[in-house]
Amino acid sequence: MMKRLLAVCSAMAVCLLMATASLASGTIKIGALFAVTGPAAFLGEPEKKTLEMLVKETNSKGGINGMKLEAVIYDTGGDATKAVQLATKLVKDDKVAVIIGPSTTGESMAVIPVVEKEKIPLISCAAGIKITDPVKHWVFKTPANDHVAAEKILNYMSHHKQKSIALLTVTDGFGASGRDQIKTLARQKGFTIVADEVYGPKDTDMTAQLTKIRGIKPDAIICWGTNPGPAVITKNVKQLGIKTPLYMSHGVASKKFIELAGADAAEGVMLPAGKLAIYDVLSKNDPQFKLLKEYDHAYKKSYGSEASTFGGYAYDAFLLTSNAIKRSGSTPEQIRNGIEQASRLVSISGVFNMTAKDHNGLDLSAFEMVRIHKGDWSMIK
Amino acid sequence: MLFDQILQYCLSGLSTGAIYGLIGVGFSIIFNATGIINFAQGEFVMLGGMLTLLFLETLALPLWAAIPCAIAASMVAGLLFERLAIRPLRQPTPINLVIITIGGSILIRGLAMLAWGKDTHALPPFSGNDPISILGATILPQHIWILVVTVFIVAVNRFYFYHTISGKAMRACAYNRRAAGLVGIDVRRMVLFSFVISSALGSIAGLIVAPLTMTSYDVGIMLGLKGFCAAIIGGMSSGIATVIGGLLLGILESLGAGLISSGYKDAIAFIILLLILVIRPQGLFGKAESERV
Repeated sequence: MMKRLLAVCSAMAVCLLMATASLASGTIKIGALFAVTGPAAFLGEPEKKTLEMLVKETNSKGGINGMKLEAVIYDTGGDATKAVQLATKLVKDDKVAVIIGPSTTGESMAVIPVVEKEKIPLISCAAGIKITDPVKHWVFKTPANDHVAAEKILNYMSHHKQKSIALLTVTDGFGASGRDQIKTLARQKGFTIVADEVYGPKDTDMTAQLTKIRGIKPDAIICWGTNPGPAVITKNVKQLGIKTPLYMSHGVASKKFIELAGADAAEGVMLPAGKLAIYDVLSKNDPQFKLLKEYDHAYKKSYGSEASTFGGYAYDAFLLTSNAIKRSGSTPEQIRNGIEQASRLVSISGVFNMTAKDHNGLDLSAFEMVRIHKGDWSMIK
Repeated sequence: MLFDQILQYCLSGLSTGAIYGLIGVGFSIIFNATGIINFAQGEFVMLGGMLTLLFLETLALPLWAAIPCAIAASMVAGLLFERLAIRPLRQPTPINLVIITIGGSILIRGLAMLAWGKDTHALPPFSGNDPISILGATILPQHIWILVVTVFIVAVNRFYFYHTISGKAMRACAYNRRAAGLVGIDVRRMVLFSFVISSALGSIAGLIVAPLTMTSYDVGIMLGLKGFCAAIIGGMSSGIATVIGGLLLGILESLGAGLISSGYKDAIAFIILLLILVIRPQGLFGKAESERV
């Protein structure tokens, strides 16, 4: 009797073991930390939706190398402390093979020590340059560095012999980082900064700063911020009748900006745009064109709204991950190596060329300079 | 050159200041009727803009119809807020009420976020977008709307509080609630009125400023704080003093940003607030109250 019981028990145990084993080899867990709520929700929400859409799509096509994907997505609320807790949870409890996110630079910097210690690859969706500079073994990021966008503007300016710059930047992380980058680059390239003004993220009127700038008569104004500030500034510039060329950052490269500022006031504003925002004016021969169109259509079909650059960051991260799994395997170590070896990987933010020295992999070609004309983008050289 | 710069700073300051003033008046009216600071006042500003947008775009009403609808809907929101959150309180100590208004503001903001999403929206200007030049400084037609509406509201307020029975009754509650109750004024109804009136004022401020500043579910926080500053400078008066407080704040902010440094713009507002609280807690124009025993 006893013996039979033992046999049944052991048989059950074996079954159970096999079940878990098959489960482990049959699914790959992808962890994600996005700021779905809170002040950075405009980043986290499209990122989450994009990842969910892609995982569903991949699984319906039979997964990667026969293995299904499972996304474990947590909302950090944009809070670095919470991001660290959730990262630990993803690693210890959910046992994910890779983490996508967080959405903001602050959170990413906070999570980095966790993933470095636990040896889990992290693909951040935040733009801050310090995430991958200096290079960390386990850390990658998909948005192009701010200084790439800044360089794009300055190159365009020197091409048009504009030498003095008035800066107007927002007092948050994005603006402060942009301000530093432009100042450093401007010094290297021989521009002079004649005004260095700032505004608060919730400010509703910037005519004071612009009046001051108008008095200084710079060759160009560069504004660095995300909506709604730049839209207010664009309206204020129109109101004050300032004719100086106005450059914006890539942070406002969406139709939303033109809608907020009004096509009339936004006429002539120039900015470096990620290619997703402007794919319909892009050359059909551009390597990214087909993918951008597919992503935009798929996103519209799933969620009824236009795909955004921010969702694109999650797309890139997913593509890097799935590409790495296909190439080298599904353990954290293999995924990390696969990401680092990605070369000429055509994605949403650009064409990625990762190396051991460059964990971002994007260059100036990630952006195109555009001018707003009649409420739409037009490419400028 | 310097003259038209200064004129521009002043004009910009006046129009933002008028908004601060309007929001401040909303704070003062409730403070006078109930003795509490309604920290949800900023959310009514947000509701003004967002509801106008709702009536304008979702329900496709023309602008002249959308605006009164939005104000009416905000008044209903103010009424519900008082009925559901303020009145049922068993021990209405000021600190409890203030905390409830903070909770209410978070709730209203959250609901707005769920209803309208997190995007920023723009309202069309009431009458065109062509700048008007005044001695080298420029303003937009919307700025004139703001100034005219502010003057109009101050006049209506003055009339209401000094020449109508219910306005006088509300002032009586402000002076002494107990005595007002004893002479037969329904104090609770006056409190309800004060919430309805100030939510209307808040929403008017929100919808006339929205074409310039855009609106989103979280515009109420900063505008509410600035309005609060204006009310403090004006000594919590529900009339002209608070509006002057707002104008002063707007002009100082704008001059500070232009002439000193734009980095200190908000700091200037809050330094003024601190100075007033320390030096003249009764407001710039108020007479010091003496405690009678």
